[in-house]
Amino acid sequence: MVELRFRDDAAVDEPGTTLDGFLDQSNATAVRIEAGEDVRRLLPFLDRLRLVEIAFPTYRDGRGYSAARILREAGYTGELRAAGDVLVDQLWFMRRTGFDSFAPEKALDPAAVERALNRYASVYQRAADGRPPVWKLRHG
Amino acid sequence: MYRYDQYDQAIVDARVDEFRDQVARRLSGEFTEDQFKPLRLKNGLYLQLHAYMLRVAIPYGTLDGRQMRMLAHIARKYDRDYGHFTTRQNIQYNWIKLEEAGDILADLASVEMHAIQTSGNCIRNISSDQFAGAAADEVGDPRPWAELLRQWSTFHPEFSYLPRKFKIAVVGSDTDRAAIQLHDIGLQLVEQGGELGFKVFVGGGMGRTPIIGACIKDFLPARHFLSYQEAILRVYNRYGRRDNIYKARIKILVTELGAEEFARQVEAEWREILPLGIDAPVAEIERIEGFFAPPPFETGLADDVDLSDPDFAVWVKQNVHAHKVPGYAIATISLKPVGGIPGDASSAQIERIADLAERYSFDEIRVTHAQNLVLPHVRKADLYALWQGLRDADLANANLDLASDIIACPGLDYCSLANARSIPVAQALAERLAPIERDPGELKIKISGCINACGHHHAGHIGILGVDRKGEENYQLLLGGSGAEDASLAKIIGPGFTQDGVVEAVDKVLGRYRELRTDGERFLDTYRRVGVDPFKAAVYG
Ligand code: HEM
Ligand code: SF4
Repeated sequence: MVELRFRDDAAVDEPGTTLDGFLDQSNATAVRIEAGEDVRRLLPFLDRLRLVEIAFPTYRDGRGYSAARILREAGYTGELRAAGDVLVDQLWFMRRTGFDSFAPEKALDPAAVERALNRYASVYQRAADGRPPVWKLRHG
Repeated sequence: MYRYDQYDQAIVDARVDEFRDQVARRLSGEFTEDQFKPLRLKNGLYLQLHAYMLRVAIPYGTLDGRQMRMLAHIARKYDRDYGHFTTRQNIQYNWIKLEEAGDILADLASVEMHAIQTSGNCIRNISSDQFAGAAADEVGDPRPWAELLRQWSTFHPEFSYLPRKFKIAVVGSDTDRAAIQLHDIGLQLVEQGGELGFKVFVGGGMGRTPIIGACIKDFLPARHFLSYQEAILRVYNRYGRRDNIYKARIKILVTELGAEEFARQVEAEWREILPLGIDAPVAEIERIEGFFAPPPFETGLADDVDLSDPDFAVWVKQNVHAHKVPGYAIATISLKPVGGIPGDASSAQIERIADLAERYSFDEIRVTHAQNLVLPHVRKADLYALWQGLRDADLANANLDLASDIIACPGLDYCSLANARSIPVAQALAERLAPIERDPGELKIKISGCINACGHHHAGHIGILGVDRKGEENYQLLLGGSGAEDASLAKIIGPGFTQDGVVEAVDKVLGRYRELRTDGERFLDTYRRVGVDPFKAAVYG
C-alpha cells in the first residue's frame, strides 16, 4: 500500500514486473527491483518507465539508496517508490536519494514522519534531491 | 582548530533534539529495546555488560582546552569520574544512564562535539596523525581533508546503511602514525609535480580476518577528493556482502574481486559521478584550511633544553619529538602508568591537561591511536615546566613506545563480546617489563579480549589475543605485526597460555631477543631477520 507520495501526477496502478520480466517485455511501464539487482540495466528504457519500485527486505539493507540515486543521476523522472521495511528513521535519507513514494510494510505515524522530514535544515552533501550542500550555501 | 559555523552547529543541535525525543520514547515504553537499538547506536550509545557506554567522537583526534574540560565535566557529572581514550581517537564513558544520555549530547554540542556515527554500519569518526601540523616530515596538514570528510560523511544519505562499519584515516607524511593500511580507506597526502593529491589504500582491517590495505590509486588529485570516496563507497554499498556479517567489511570485497578489478570498478563509477558536482569547491577547502593555519610561533627561540634533572631527561628522550619549527617540540603524554588501565584518565587529569595545553601548546591537544595524548606545539624552553605540571598529576610516565605503553581493549571487564580480560594482562605485563623496558627500546604490545581485535593485536610487535578455551580465559601469543608504514600482520606462534603463562612467555621472547639482536636492533627487526623459530623454542622449549 502506498502510504506517502510526494508527486502530483496520477499514481501508476500497474504492479511492477520483475527486472527480467521488464527487460523481456517491450510495453511495461512499471518495474520492481529487488535488493542487489543492477538498476543500470534499466537505463536504456528510462523514458518509457513511469514507476520503479525498489525493495527494502530489511531497513539494514542499504543497496536501494544507491539504486535510487543511480536512476536519478541518469535522468529518471518517474515515480521512485521504496517498498518493504521502510521505517520513519530512513525516510529522510530516502527522500534525499530520490525516492518520492513510500509503501512501508508497517504504517507510519504521520506526526513522526513530519518531524523526521523537517528535522535538518541543511545538508552536507549533494544528493538526488536538489538540496544545496552546506558548502554551496557558504560560498554561493 | 576547526570552528563550527551556524550550519555545523544547527546540524549537531538538531541531532541532540532528535536523540532526546528517541530516548523519551524509549523511557516511556513507546519503543522496545529492539526498536531503540539501531537509533541509539547511531549516537554511539552501546549497552554493555554493566551499563550503557557512550562513545564520543574526537574528529581526527584534535581538540582544545575548552573541549577537554567538557570531557572532564561529563566524566565527573555523568560517569565515575574517568573516561577511556580509544584506539580510534574517541573517548568512551562506561557508566552512562540512559536518562542522562540526551543531556550529555547537549553538553557536548555546546563545545562543538558530538557522538554522531561513532557506531553502526556507517562511516565512522575520521582518524588522523596525532602530529599533524607539527611533524617535521609532513607534505601538508591532513586535518582539513579529514574535516571535509567529517562533513561529507555526516548523515550521508546513500551510505548510512552500509554492509558494515567503515573507517577512514588520513595522514600527511611517509611515516604512518595512524595505521592507514589497516583502515577501510587509508589516505596519504602526497605531492606530484607541485600538485597535492592522495595515495589511496583500500580494504585494510583487523577483526577476525586481518588484511593489509591495497593501494588502488597512486595519485588522486586533491580537487577530486570527495567524488572518488563517493565512488569507492558506492561500489562497496552495492556489492559488499550482506549475507554474512563476518564477510561484510570492504576488505572481503576487495579480496574476492582482487584489488585490480576493484580499482577498475571504482574508476568506472567515478567517471559516472565526476560530472555531478560532488566535490567541494576550492573556496571551501581554503575556508577549512584557514582554521588549521599554524599558530603564531615565535621565531629565534633557542633549541637547547636543560637536561640536568635526570627524570626529566628520561622523559624528554622518550616522550618528546622533533617539531617542524625551531625552538618547539611535540610532547606526548602517556596514559599508561604502570599498573593502570591503558587509555583511562580521571576528570582531574583531563582538566590538568587542558590547563597545560592552554598554557604551553597554543590550546591544542591530540589523541593518538595508541591511547595517549599529545601537546603538539610546546616551546622547548617550557618543556621542564610542562613536565613538572604533568608529574604532579601522575602524567609524566616516560614510557612512550616502550614495553609498558600497551594498547589494550576494554575486554571482559566491560565488553559484552569479550572472551577474556585484557586490562589485567596489560597491568601484569607492564609491571613485569617496566624495570627492563629501556633496554629493548621500541616495543609495541597490543592486547584484545576477543577476535574482534579492538586492541590491534594483529598489529603488535607482540600481540596477545584473549580466547575462550572450555570456559577458561586463554591467551594466544602473536609476533611480528606492525601498524606503521612497514605494516605487517602478527602471527600466532603456538598453543595459548593462562594469564600468568602469557606474561612468562613474553618475558622469554624478550630474553631470546636480547641474545639474538645486533646493535640497536628493535625487537621487530630481529624477528623479521631471524624468523619465529628461535622464539618458539624459547617459549615452548
Ligand atoms: C566495549 C565495546 C566495544 C564493542 C562492543 C566493540 C565491537 C567491535 C567489533 C564487533 C569489532 C569487529 C568489527 C569487524 O570485524 O567487522 C570491533 C573492531 C574494532 N574496534 Fe571495537 N568494540 C568495542 C570497544 C572498542 C574500543 C574501546 C576500541 C578502542 C580502544 C575499539 C576499536 C576497534 C578497532 C580499532 C577495531 C578494528 C577495526 C577493524 O576491524 O578494522 N573498540 N569492535
Ligand atoms: S576486542 Fe573484543 S573484547 Fe575487546 S573491546 Fe573489542 S569486542 Fe570487546
